[in-house]
Amino acid sequence: MDFTYSLLGALLGGLPPWARIAVAAAVPAVVLITFMAVGPIVYVYAERKFSAFMQDRLGPMRVGPYGLLQTIADAIKLLFKEAIFPGQADKVLFTLAPCLVVLGAFLSFVVVPFGSHLQTVDLNVGVFYVVAVSSISTVGLIMAGWASNNKYALFGAMRSAAQIVSYEIPAVMSLLTIVMIVGSLSLQDIVRAQAGGLQHWFIFRYFPLMPIVFLVFFTASLAECNRTPFDIPEAESELVAGFHTEYSGFFFAMFFMAEYTEMFIVSAVASVLFFGGWMSPFPWAWTQGIGPIGFGPFWLIFKSWSFIFVHMWLRWTLPRLRVDQLMYVAWKVLLPIALVLVVVFGALVIYVPGGFAWDQWLSWPLTALVLGSLVFFMVTAFRYRLRRAQELAA
Amino acid sequence: MITWLKDVWEGFYTVLVGMKITWKHLFTKSATLQYPEEKWILPPRTRMRLFMKYEDCIGCGQCARACPVNCIYIKSDKRAPTAAPIYAADGTQIKLDVHVFDIDMSLCCYCNLCTYPCPTNCIYMTPEYEFATGELTNHLYHFAKPNAKFLTVNPKPKPAPPAPAPAAPAAPPAGEAGGAKA
Repeated sequence: MDFTYSLLGALLGGLPPWARIAVAAAVPAVVLITFMAVGPIVYVYAERKFSAFMQDRLGPMRVGPYGLLQTIADAIKLLFKEAIFPGQADKVLFTLAPCLVVLGAFLSFVVVPFGSHLQTVDLNVGVFYVVAVSSISTVGLIMAGWASNNKYALFGAMRSAAQIVSYEIPAVMSLLTIVMIVGSLSLQDIVRAQAGGLQHWFIFRYFPLMPIVFLVFFTASLAECNRTPFDIPEAESELVAGFHTEYSGFFFAMFFMAEYTEMFIVSAVASVLFFGGWMSPFPWAWTQGIGPIGFGPFWLIFKSWSFIFVHMWLRWTLPRLRVDQLMYVAWKVLLPIALVLVVVFGALVIYVPGGFAWDQWLSWPLTALVLGSLVFFMVTAFRYRLRRAQELAA
Repeated sequence: MITWLKDVWEGFYTVLVGMKITWKHLFTKSATLQYPEEKWILPPRTRMRLFMKYEDCIGCGQCARACPVNCIYIKSDKRAPTAAPIYAADGTQIKLDVHVFDIDMSLCCYCNLCTYPCPTNCIYMTPEYEFATGELTNHLYHFAKPNAKFLTVNPKPKPAPPAPAPAAPAAPPAGEAGGAKA
């Protein structure tokens, strides 16, 4: 709010302070809620297209050019549908639950740094705030499952509660390592600690350890936003649709919106903590843009959408885990790894003076290696496509 | 501890294997055919909807006898001897007036057996396959046209004296068809 407050302060100098505060709070809220409402339209289209391409299909092609208007049509359909309340449902909780889920996802936006000055509030407990606020959604999910008065909805809600509570712990533990290195919970401070280009990003530093931290966080974050392979709360082949079985129309759309927004939040947090947030990956200054905002939003959204792509990639690769396997992964794999990493990073922070000099010479070749393998990956994929096309033509 | 590490590594590694496969398929050409815009390239001699060229039919009924599902209905009368002679395209004189030639494509089993015995090759399978309708009766095709223009001049008049000779070999297919039926 500091930036928008000062900006609007210049524009609305004549207004009393309370009105300026109100406007400075309302403008980011409107912008973010628009982003949140329009985002799922893009994500759902991308998801359907990527899933189709991964299964050698075309995906939506009928509505608009390349099916671009398909999700808009679906959204309009959902908004106009009747919201049905089951006869035995608890009407108050049933209505409240989707609002709470959306609220949890939306509140996390408050601290997402879209640029060096483009952040609603730079809370000094930013990481803690994101973790705390995104857990409100869990309450909403349980509320939805309970209020539906439906066996499957309750099963889904219980599973989702168990899953999110379990995976919160390794996720927070892995965030703790970064927080210990930076010495601050503020997301803006964490981004600034990674200034100076690609090789200063945390994912490329502290070589053998930080990628593991990232993997632990990424796995846990997948589970937290109920994505496949951890989508047992809404496992459509076991429970009908989990906690949102009984929801229809606009309420269902709200659950949908919250789920995809949560995906974006989790991806944004991952890119802030490990991939330099709004920092440009290139060493040249102009890629960062001019002014207090510059290309910051572009880089953050680009990085977050890349993670959303990985989410989708994983979703269409992996089958769903069983409940016991899910608990095994959380408590017996991720948690021990995260605990060991917390201890190791704590010891390094305390006992290695002057930071970690030993990782500085490693990050350049490591960055080159990662980018090189990425390029290799792309080239092999395109060669595969070419060969396939030749086979088909022959 | 060692087995635990091995399990974790295997879990991670197999995920990468799966992701590699989906990554490859992300760039493969899609197998989907945008049907109404694009269509299958049909193989040669595809057997789809039956067609009958009414002007060439001599009303012999061999196709109806060959049909295993009895989906061809023919009604014909002897042509009046005083009427002007009409001919099929291959020079065979048409001696029967075909009033009804119906094919029920909802019964047809696309076996192609009706086209072999036809002495004038007037019934054949077309590559046309988009004839779905909302009414079952729309699959009953009426091929007999009341005002068909028949050839009144023999298109192949030259071999007039050996005309019975081509007529004679036309008989064995009929016998064959009868044999196939029995």
